[in-house]
Amino acid sequence: MRVRLDSEKCQGHGRCYALAPDLFESDDEGYSVLKITGDVPAELEEAARLAADNCPEFAIELDEG
Amino acid sequence: MTDGGKPPIKDWATDFDHTHPDYARKAPEVWEELRQTCPVAHTERFGGTWLPVRHADVSAIAHDTEHFSSEGVIVNEFKPENLAPIGYAPPITSDPPFHQMARRLLLPAFAPKEIDRWEPATRKACNDLIDDLLAGGATEVDAAVQYAQHIPVRVIAEMLGVPEEDGDKFRTFIHRVLEAPGEGIGELPYEETLDYYLRQVIEDHRQHPRDDLIGFLLNAEMDGNPLTDDHITGTVALLLIAGIDTTWSAIGASLWHLAQRPDHRKRLIEDPDVMVFAVEELLRAYAPVTMARIVAKETEVGGVTMKERDWVLLPFPAANRDPEAFERPDEVILDRTRNRHVAFGLGIHRCLGSNLARMELRTAIEEWMRRIPDFELADPDAVRWSTGQVRGPRELPVRILATAGSR
Repeated sequence: MRVRLDSEKCQGHGRCYALAPDLFESDDEGYSVLKITGDVPAELEEAARLAADNCPEFAIELDEG
Repeated sequence: MTDGGKPPIKDWATDFDHTHPDYARKAPEVWEELRQTCPVAHTERFGGTWLPVRHADVSAIAHDTEHFSSEGVIVNEFKPENLAPIGYAPPITSDPPFHQMARRLLLPAFAPKEIDRWEPATRKACNDLIDDLLAGGATEVDAAVQYAQHIPVRVIAEMLGVPEEDGDKFRTFIHRVLEAPGEGIGELPYEETLDYYLRQVIEDHRQHPRDDLIGFLLNAEMDGNPLTDDHITGTVALLLIAGIDTTWSAIGASLWHLAQRPDHRKRLIEDPDVMVFAVEELLRAYAPVTMARIVAKETEVGGVTMKERDWVLLPFPAANRDPEAFERPDEVILDRTRNRHVAFGLGIHRCLGSNLARMELRTAIEEWMRRIPDFELADPDAVRWSTGQVRGPRELPVRILATAGSR
């Protein structure tokens, strides 16, 4: 699985870093930053789905590969 | 029930009034009816106002800053004019490109890491209030008047650096601005206005500099220049007004819900891990805030043509109950795992205080449930909901059935 964060769409709602703190973190202004590159580790796939499913701005896309 | 002196509603599709007590009582039913019939309602009141209720329409407007200006965000008889792009309370009333500069100034103070610092003070405020509630073994209390309304006041007063004892004053200002906008303006002595209060508070900070949000604004620069007095006053007004009755409404509505759902009370106590989802679900189902815009350029939304200078309400709570966007939208599902709710809005004006509001709501529910795990509505008919663009219970009498723990 790959995860993509569209920073143009992100408005800092903060749902992703609350639900998937191993994958996303907040910058100083509250906008989301993706913490990993490459494939999502298998144990974090569920967290990635949660983050994507709860983003009000549809800023997180998953490629289930 | 009184009608607040307002003309009766002829029909919600063509004559709605969001400041009418009927709307306060049954807004979710109104949205449901409109979603099936309209779905963009209109009223001649307030000089002509639109009310979209579908998630898709609300989202389209919130993301379209070219056709919709934030020059006016509270629908009332007096429509702001020639104030764009700054507006009277930046950044909520600002349009691009000014908006982004004014917002970036404030974002760091409201980012999660900074907000976490306020959690212990919030928890203490909740427990102080519960101690007072339970004093003397009271079994009937008002969860809105004695609990919910005080929590955000105490926290924001401390963040801004204004006396917590001024809470009653803040609530009066808020009522005038948000719940009865435009009513009775011009009859007040200047010394009783929000503007006078703000100028006093800001002057006090100038005389006695201190390390709080007002102090920060006094020293802040934008493009190398200090902020104008109007900018500072407007932003302090925003932080004071936007942070209080919104969160108070969310806390009150959540306790109103829990008072009626023994199964949900039990779940929160037995399964604390559900809280992270439950808070968002309560925000979805009982989102307090409806925003507004003024049409900047004629455009079409949901099949209607909106003309320049028309008011448009953005009912985020209605969007949160749209079956096109949410499964079983009218049910509160505490562990809902797909929840793209828009309680904090969408687009560039996403609620600046969302992390603060969320922390206060979670802490307020946790502490209430820890110490008052069992309670019910004392009299469902005595619950009174606010009118206007912030919806929540203003009177919420509950009967305490069990207490537990201590602070």
